[in-house]
Amino acid sequence: MGSRIEILNEAGFRSDGRRQFELRDLTIDLSKHGEADGSALISHGLTQVLVSAHGPREAKMRSHTFHDRANINVEVVVASFSTGERRKRQRGDKRVLEFAATIKSTFEPVIRTNLYPRSQIDIYVQVLQQDGSTLQTCINAATLALMNAGIPMTDFVCAVTGGVHSTSPMLDLSTLEENDIPHVTVAVMPKTKKVVLVTMETRLHVDRFEEILNLARDAGAILHQEMKEAILARSATLVALAEPVTKNQNKGDDDVVMD
Amino acid sequence: MRPPSPSIPEKEFLNSALKQNLRIDGRAPLDMRTPVFIFGPELGWVDCSLGKTRVIAYVDAKMVKPTPERPFEGMITIHSELSPMASSEYETGRPSEEEVTITRMLDKIIKRSDALDKESLCILAGQRVWHIRLSLHFLADAGNMVDCACLAGIVALRHFRRPEVEVIGDDEVIVHSPLERAPMPLAIHHSPFCFTFAFFADPETPPILDPTQLEQRLSAGLMSIALNAQKEICVLQKLGGVPQDTEEVLRLVKVAVAQAKELSNTVDAKLTADWETRKVEVR
Repeated sequence: MGSRIEILNEAGFRSDGRRQFELRDLTIDLSKHGEADGSALISHGLTQVLVSAHGPREAKMRSHTFHDRANINVEVVVASFSTGERRKRQRGDKRVLEFAATIKSTFEPVIRTNLYPRSQIDIYVQVLQQDGSTLQTCINAATLALMNAGIPMTDFVCAVTGGVHSTSPMLDLSTLEENDIPHVTVAVMPKTKKVVLVTMETRLHVDRFEEILNLARDAGAILHQEMKEAILARSATLVALAEPVTKNQNKGDDDVVMD
Repeated sequence: MRPPSPSIPEKEFLNSALKQNLRIDGRAPLDMRTPVFIFGPELGWVDCSLGKTRVIAYVDAKMVKPTPERPFEGMITIHSELSPMASSEYETGRPSEEEVTITRMLDKIIKRSDALDKESLCILAGQRVWHIRLSLHFLADAGNMVDCACLAGIVALRHFRRPEVEVIGDDEVIVHSPLERAPMPLAIHHSPFCFTFAFFADPETPPILDPTQLEQRLSAGLMSIALNAQKEICVLQKLGGVPQDTEEVLRLVKVAVAQAKELSNTVDAKLTADWETRKVEVR
């Protein structure tokens, strides 16, 4: 211990072996989880988040309903074992509340809430493992969970983090990189290429910021491809299972494999 | 608790006025209200108002034992609570969503951006450090409390003077009263200023800077940018709201950069002017 880890070495490799603009391994699992209308378990590298979406359904508290649209309720739970050191979060922890408010305001313009007046759409986020870019993973997972639940949206919301190490921009940051370099999380709607969410908490010069903002926006489009494929694959599986059994009469094996 | 929504005539009037680049209080879309500072008799007490929005910031310093993880650094805590005095929407005790946003923004702008040098607050490593407490009281909410609070906080920190301390040997610390030795200013690396823009649903309506309460309520999205006069962005938050092109975001960043420079000069001038009025005898 003691050797300094280089964020980006001369050969152009980052501390985990990736190249500058390389995104981490993305795994998407859209199988049914509990009683949720839709759920998604996704991981960007080692950051893993599970989101379940419920709704639209009758609101639990009448006072929180709107007469002309659905109310979106987001609750975030960060598991105490999600980080390297076990840390229990308080219920009213301002950081977690802010996290939930951020996710809620990201989806407010995207979900077609005006189709379901006086209803509630619940998004429950469980952060299982954190290795940087937690907000990015939560937003992507929430998009997929909402799609899985069949809640109408105007477009995907794809989020990506970007950072700048002296003058070199990078994408999809891990914890090590997030702690060291200024970074921004950008959520983009791929059809129009407009950004819904931009959040940056670390100091960065305006010129560097311009670079990384545009880069992150373009990276969102790449994630869109992956997410779209996952949704289509899932839909294809469900459609195939909905086919009447008579079609497969010739096959001896009647077992249905749900995955 | 949901706030009472603005009436339909108000909504329509505002939207049609903004379409023609007219704001209800007569400002141009990208005009900020002129900040007015009233400095208190004590150093570190500032009453900052942006139009009718008023925030009082007060700084005081205490000597405490540092945390064992960071024995060389002082501490800074920001205490801000929204009471119904600011607006009838806020309740004491339970933090509303807006309050969480404001406190988190202040935390990020003032603490996380390292505006204040914590190492300079160390008196005796591992034993005594300064604990700077910044308290913000929101007196009136006429829109854009975040910008006002941030401004008040930064100006108060720059206005404040802590007592001078002398360390003799390894464990003796003498605190000099302000009457004996002139108090010292805090070591402030940079002064971040916050600018909030409001977007509207109609694509022909331009974004506006420093929204009033009505404009804030009727907006379809807000973007807050905190930056300093050295063109460094400390915090940028566009939390949802109407999706925007990155070009638009960058254009507003440039607007904020110009405003920050102007505001920085204004603040410097006001602080110098106030300092002149305080008699400091040098014997």
